[in-house]
Amino acid sequence: MRGIGKSFPGVRALDGVSLTLHAGEVLALVGENGAGKSTLMKVLAGAYQADEGEILIDGRPVQIAGPRAAEALGVGMIYQEFNLVPQFDAVDNIVLGSEPVARGLIDEKAASARAAAAFAELGIAFPLHVPAGRLSVAQQQLIEIAKVLSRKARIIVMDEPSAALTDREIDRLFDIIRSLKASGAGIVYISHRMEELPKIADRVTVLRDGRAIETRAQSAFPPDEIVQAMVGRKLDSHFPDLPAVAPGAEVVLDVRGLDRRPAVDGVSLRVRAGEILGIAGLVGAGRTEIMRSIAGADVPQAGVVSVDGAVVRVRRPSDAIEAGIAFITEDRKAQGLVLGMSVRENVTLAHLDQFLDRARLIDRRAEVAATQRFVESLNIRTPSTEQLVVNLSGGTQQKVVLAKWLVGRARVFLFDEPTRGIDIAAKSEIYALMIELLKNGAAIVMVSSELPEVLGMSHRILVVRDGRIAKEFAHADATPEAVIAAATGVAA
Amino acid sequence: MIDAVEKKNATRNYWLRIAGAVAALIVLVVAINTAAHGNFLQPANIVRVLQQISYNAILALGQTFVIITAGIDLSVGSLVAMCGVVMALFSNYAHLSGIPLVLATLAVGVAVGALAGWVNALPVVKLNIPPFITTLAMMEVALGLAFIFSHGRPIALNSDAFAGIGIGSFFGPVTDALHLPAIPIPVVWMTVLIVICSILLNKTRFGRYVFAIGGNEEAARLAGVAVARVKTFVYVISGACAAIVGFLYMARYSSGSPQTSTGDELLESIAAVVVGGTSLVGGRGSIVGTFFGALLIGVLYNAMNLLGVDSYLQKVVLGIVIALAVVGDELRKRYLSRA
Repeated sequence: MRGIGKSFPGVRALDGVSLTLHAGEVLALVGENGAGKSTLMKVLAGAYQADEGEILIDGRPVQIAGPRAAEALGVGMIYQEFNLVPQFDAVDNIVLGSEPVARGLIDEKAASARAAAAFAELGIAFPLHVPAGRLSVAQQQLIEIAKVLSRKARIIVMDEPSAALTDREIDRLFDIIRSLKASGAGIVYISHRMEELPKIADRVTVLRDGRAIETRAQSAFPPDEIVQAMVGRKLDSHFPDLPAVAPGAEVVLDVRGLDRRPAVDGVSLRVRAGEILGIAGLVGAGRTEIMRSIAGADVPQAGVVSVDGAVVRVRRPSDAIEAGIAFITEDRKAQGLVLGMSVRENVTLAHLDQFLDRARLIDRRAEVAATQRFVESLNIRTPSTEQLVVNLSGGTQQKVVLAKWLVGRARVFLFDEPTRGIDIAAKSEIYALMIELLKNGAAIVMVSSELPEVLGMSHRILVVRDGRIAKEFAHADATPEAVIAAATGVAA
Repeated sequence: MIDAVEKKNATRNYWLRIAGAVAALIVLVVAINTAAHGNFLQPANIVRVLQQISYNAILALGQTFVIITAGIDLSVGSLVAMCGVVMALFSNYAHLSGIPLVLATLAVGVAVGALAGWVNALPVVKLNIPPFITTLAMMEVALGLAFIFSHGRPIALNSDAFAGIGIGSFFGPVTDALHLPAIPIPVVWMTVLIVICSILLNKTRFGRYVFAIGGNEEAARLAGVAVARVKTFVYVISGACAAIVGFLYMARYSSGSPQTSTGDELLESIAAVVVGGTSLVGGRGSIVGTFFGALLIGVLYNAMNLLGVDSYLQKVVLGIVIALAVVGDELRKRYLSRA
């Protein structure tokens, strides 16, 4: 790709970006949210048309007019949000749009054969006839990979493929990427996770503000220099210092014998004021389900939840909210926000009773004032309180979700993957905010799939396996190896 | 700074849209009026159009709430008929007269309509059954009941207490003194209900939750919104609106008939909502839009009648207008999201 430029109204998304990808290599594309990574890849995949610049494949200039043209040129794109039909099984998803046809009807045998061949190439056995919606995220991703393979893609773009995977699943993904590489494919790997790059990338290209800032061999590009290139300034430590929990701090959240089988099986935990309790474990171990049961998103079958010593009967989310429990869900778009509503409407949604005038009607001016305060204090990057949240970046959306819960007087904050898919600057801001909450006496439970985050941002760490608490670590004793061992049940 | 500019732009866009709509309406009206040799803009005709649209507009008001939650109420036409029949029976058997009879009858009708709405919502909120199905079932049940209760014949009202409501007017002395046509009671009902529904949708927590549920039901639930209660209430509102229309028809014809509003009324109520810019996928819509949607449909029918357009052709034109309105709205949205 040479000198690619692309503008949206008011934004110069790409400004003369050039990028080279060789056969048989993995090129990591890194940059903060909004740096232009996704836009650049969408140009390559034919989802967008570049305003300027040219694309050459095997040395020949090509026109990529649309997704089909990209596919014909051997470009395969695996988006962060998968494009699978959840009711379709692996076979139907893989052949979708290019179904083998015999005498006017879909040739089921040929379709199955094609899918089986793709998985054979990946070297894995796969349940071909289970609807995609019933498979795990990792399995769905394998379908996407098989799909691009079956279309003979030689340029494969993966947008944050590891974001939703556990460490073990990521290792398997890397094995697959290595074998794709060995077969001569060129792979563009987009990631926020610095620690992955040494394991998988051959070269690294950093994008910032729509420009390609620097490209180097991975081995010659240490992580702190990559981060520096991404943000354009030097960032010190990734995680802030955790303030120590006061010795006599009272227990704020006390959960005993929480059951929601099979995902949650007799979980008990206590969190004190000013403490962050990290929950680690593999995807599917029951981490999110524990949070959902405490927050009333799912109704637990048994168990007692107390806040500040008072027992809370949690039958629905509003019970938990009234008791001072705020649940910041892992999936902002599906569970945290009403995308078609404004920043103001989202921020006040959970606590509208605070914004009523004497006639019990919504006091819009009070809403705007409160929202404006959060826009300033949380540095929410939005042109106005009336902007629809669908138009905001991931990190900004996450701050809107936080603002929504800060409006209330919550004592307990349940953070599920608080920094998934958001850029480093926004991450730091969210960590700082968590520290701020601690200073105000809040108790925090945090689930995260990013091990460094759990290790760096928790006073104590619970490792969950098969719906039970497998092990507890103090901040000082928790090493990545020990936590992973507990999560996988490898060693005692 | 940016905030102020953005806000100014948003306000300007809003007024530009209103101005555009009004300008288009004026052009349309003037064109129709010219073609109809000045008959269209006569005060008597304007009042006639408003009276004609009031029934559909009231149905569409209730439908607006339902559709913003991404639901649909197919039972409204049948509920008009059933509530009309029930009210006629009640008024004939009740030992009341005059104003108490009228109020009691209205209360019974609204209660029946609201109850039907509650029944519509029950499987939707408890079992997650699509409202298309539950209200389709209610459409059949209510219509069948209307015929059973009435033995298939219109039930004539014994009392003349309703005459003033059906064909009466409001502010009679004032409008007479100004040499203007009297304002029919249904128009007054429509106006009052538009004001109430606007406040309900735009100014109350309930209204905000209606939008939130239509936009993202799960996010609303996790924010503590009592989703089941809010959803139930939108169907109750829709049922109550249908009952009010049944009441107005009953008063107008001095009878409750099982055949009232069982034709195009359902589809026209949905058309008014959609033409008024409310999204069928939920999360977006307005009461004022619905009124203008009903008005546009009413104006078109009236104009085509004045111009002597064949009634079959009228249907074709109406269908095309509905399609154009929705396409136009979509194009406008795309334009605005690019700009």
